[in-house]
Amino acid sequence: MSEPSLSKTHILDEKDINHKLRRIASEILEQHPKTPLAFVGIHTRGVIVADRIYNVLIEDRKEMVKGSLDISLYRDDLDNLGSIPSIKNSDLPFEIEGATVILFDDVLFTGRTIRAAINVLTDYGRPAKIELAVLIDRGNRELPIAPNYTGHTIQTSKKEHICSHFHEIDDEEGVYKLINSERAS
Amino acid sequence: MTKQDPEKKKRRKDLLDIDSISVEEIDFLVKTAQPFKELFTRSVKKVPTLRGKSVLNLFYEPSTRTRTSFEIAAKRLSADVTNFSVSQSSVVKGESILDTIDTLQSMKVDYMIVRHSESGVPNFIAQNTHASVINAGDGYHAHPTQAILDTYTLKEVFPDLTRKKILIVGDILHSRVARSVSTCCRKLGIEIGVLGPGTLIPDSRPDYMECFKDYATAFAWNPDVIYLLRLQRERQQAYFFPSMREYHNLFGITSNRFETVKSEGIYIMHPGPVNRGVELIDEVMTYERCLINQQVENGIATRMAILYWLQPGENKIRKPNTEIRGKS
Repeated sequence: MSEPSLSKTHILDEKDINHKLRRIASEILEQHPKTPLAFVGIHTRGVIVADRIYNVLIEDRKEMVKGSLDISLYRDDLDNLGSIPSIKNSDLPFEIEGATVILFDDVLFTGRTIRAAINVLTDYGRPAKIELAVLIDRGNRELPIAPNYTGHTIQTSKKEHICSHFHEIDDEEGVYKLINSERAS
Repeated sequence: MTKQDPEKKKRRKDLLDIDSISVEEIDFLVKTAQPFKELFTRSVKKVPTLRGKSVLNLFYEPSTRTRTSFEIAAKRLSADVTNFSVSQSSVVKGESILDTIDTLQSMKVDYMIVRHSESGVPNFIAQNTHASVINAGDGYHAHPTQAILDTYTLKEVFPDLTRKKILIVGDILHSRVARSVSTCCRKLGIEIGVLGPGTLIPDSRPDYMECFKDYATAFAWNPDVIYLLRLQRERQQAYFFPSMREYHNLFGITSNRFETVKSEGIYIMHPGPVNRGVELIDEVMTYERCLINQQVENGIATRMAILYWLQPGENKIRKPNTEIRGKS
């Protein structure tokens, strides 16, 4: 993709993101007022989503642990990748066996990342339950996977690109839709 | 998957030597090896990355630890591993390398780990197969996976490797390990010294190698690491030095030298297998700064990272039985 031909449409700004994440937090609290929860963010930006929601909830409920996981080694498309991502450490400093786990990611698209994440988790043990929370659900699922908590739902085509930026690792904060304008016109 | 990872690395088909890979690629492999090591602490040590892929250990030369290390690495990535051991194969019946490769190609092998006593054989095989070829040691030429795992081990001890000093001791002339390790160290800005019998130090060594005549001058150079090479008894038919005992007295870590090693806090490395009483005395093996066992553990993680990185080519390199034979 060449830079100049990209058009960038704004979807969420910083305020919207915080609002959506707080709403997810209150839904989680509603669903699990007492159950001990394990928050697991998927690298890279799912970890930030998990952290932020964790920080909101820690005021109201204490029984929570958090971790992160990398799904690179569980991808189903490695054969086709000409470049390969570096792997980050999966950090799950608690017992997965019997835990109620909530997976966090920024954008839910084909569902393949989530499929991989579920496989990683089950290699650590047998969780009592796995739920899924995402900031953006952009449709176009290729697997029968549905989120339990969704911040924002948008209709997209497969060719569009949704990207999220967070202060923690990016220069700015917001969610954007990138379209190759040549293709669109 | 909408992740954009700035740390993506372009893949290669083969890993044949250290000269042809870049510092960035070495860094990438070292960085990637670390999460693999973390996997070993899990209850399930396997990941499905290479599920359905087949890895062939093609060893024309005896090896236990390198072969086992590759075998464990491949199995932890869920690949199927076949060991092709030469003593039981058609090679002893006179089959050429090219014919063997055609046969193995027909079996749809994805990765070939090759060790051979002749330099350059892995390169030759790589040109003639779609499978990814990893050089596991060829003649006096190269042993790239050893160099990368040693870099990883060094990096665990010294996060910044620039201007660190490594003293390589032993048979520099015949050692592919010395060649690959020194090339790798050179690329990463590590200073290299060599020490060994005059007959086993090549005259044509590169300028950056500081050459020492004995341990006294070598210790005065203040090395951070001493890298002992294995005395390859099986390769030394000619008389390069008088006896094992003399080698130990002159170039081994003796009790006296071990005292200096301890007081200076020098790390000890060795590619294995160790000849106790020749390269080093027993006590060195339990020394807290002896990295030999760490090297073995890191070997598996590094080889997993390498298998993860390489990408087998398309099955169209060459048609069998149409080219001139006899190259092998």
